[in-house]
Amino acid sequence: MKRALLLFAVSLPAFAEPTSQQIEKIMQRDFHPRGQATMDRVVQDGLQRVCTESANRPPAEIARSLEAEQMKTIAFPEGSLVGDWKRGEAIAQSGRGMTWNDKPGQEAGGSCYNCHQLSPHEMSYGTIGPSLRGFGKARGAGPEVQRYVYGKIYNAKAYNLCSNMPRLGASGTLTPQQIKDLVGLLLDPASPVNE
Amino acid sequence: MRSVFLAAAFFAAAAYGQDAAKEIQRYREMVAEGSPVELFELEGDTLWKKPQGPKNVSLEKCDLGKGPGVLKGAYAGLPRYFKDADRVMDLETRLLYCMTTLQGRTREEATKRVFGNADRPSEMESLSAYIAGQSRGMKMAPGVSHPKEKQSIELGRALYFHRVGAWDFSCATCHGEEGKRIRMQELPVLYKPEAARSTAASWPAYRVSTSSFVTLQWRMNDCFRQMRTPEPAFGSETTIALIHFITATGAGATYNGPGNKR
Repeated sequence: MKRALLLFAVSLPAFAEPTSQQIEKIMQRDFHPRGQATMDRVVQDGLQRVCTESANRPPAEIARSLEAEQMKTIAFPEGSLVGDWKRGEAIAQSGRGMTWNDKPGQEAGGSCYNCHQLSPHEMSYGTIGPSLRGFGKARGAGPEVQRYVYGKIYNAKAYNLCSNMPRLGASGTLTPQQIKDLVGLLLDPASPVNE
Repeated sequence: MRSVFLAAAFFAAAAYGQDAAKEIQRYREMVAEGSPVELFELEGDTLWKKPQGPKNVSLEKCDLGKGPGVLKGAYAGLPRYFKDADRVMDLETRLLYCMTTLQGRTREEATKRVFGNADRPSEMESLSAYIAGQSRGMKMAPGVSHPKEKQSIELGRALYFHRVGAWDFSCATCHGEEGKRIRMQELPVLYKPEAARSTAASWPAYRVSTSSFVTLQWRMNDCFRQMRTPEPAFGSETTIALIHFITATGAGATYNGPGNKR
């Protein structure tokens, strides 16, 4: 009976596209936690809601204020942000982490090659994100660039609210050291990315 | 000198791209010729006729939308609204319904192992192969007119663009723009008819990379896994709505499956 009532409640109005609140209720009913994938993950946060409801084109003012909020999640380490590009390459290759069948606590990867071209030696790269080949060669490795790359990987939404890119640091996927290693992969002149 | 070198590198890369595309096409043709789909269809035929469950009956009286036991064209008409269950169902959900009602099995027992592997396909996978195979050559025409069917398609459309999970993904994050890839895998844009038609026409399918037979319920489940969400229940309104939305978007395609996937 309770289930029938719930179904009724979420199925109104008749054919109009359901709201994101209604979708959330349906997902809370239809999904179950498994492994490290807990149910809080089907509850949208502010930016997921805004990006869904605006078809990823939020009003400029809202975008600016939410981006500023996301910027506050980034804790920039002191000193050089350029880590070991070799470790960075391994992190960029790995697509592990955060799924219900990944072991909690096991080191995750950044899934970078899923969407970006990086080293010219890796031919199997995705195209959802821009090519990052030659990234450091074109921009140098100064403190400002280091800070931008570190911040962008830590929380891409601080720079572009509805970016397709996950918030790899803010979501707890990658550690600050891993992000530094990825900065190394992009900026170190010795990295294959900058060949 | 440098620009000559760059131009040469560019043409070499372009040639590589063309060769790779040709190679992939050739590989797909080879796979299609030697597809083991028939073996799954045969196993499904056996399972369809096998008495099972507390009532010790087969599924032969299961009504997949064309009347009890009618298999010809049944898959091409799914998902659709079923009056007896008062909900929209896809093939797998309807099979589960028949397992619980006709055979008297519990939902728990019947869904214990819905996704199989290379060594041992699941009952649901073999049955899906068998039943889908009997719609070959027919036009995909899922239910689109009943109020609950319209509602299901609208829900599927909204779910497709709904961003959630640890990585802020929606289906459209990957399947949102033409010509994009994850690694080397091309990504169909499933809210547009062209790509949805070829998807509707080829699923369920044999998956070469895992040597296993895969269904649309599995596809939804594994996409959500990769979206870093919790797990959707098998045959839930969420997974059916997404399958319904994609199939309705691809309606009119001639069913040519079960197909072959990477």
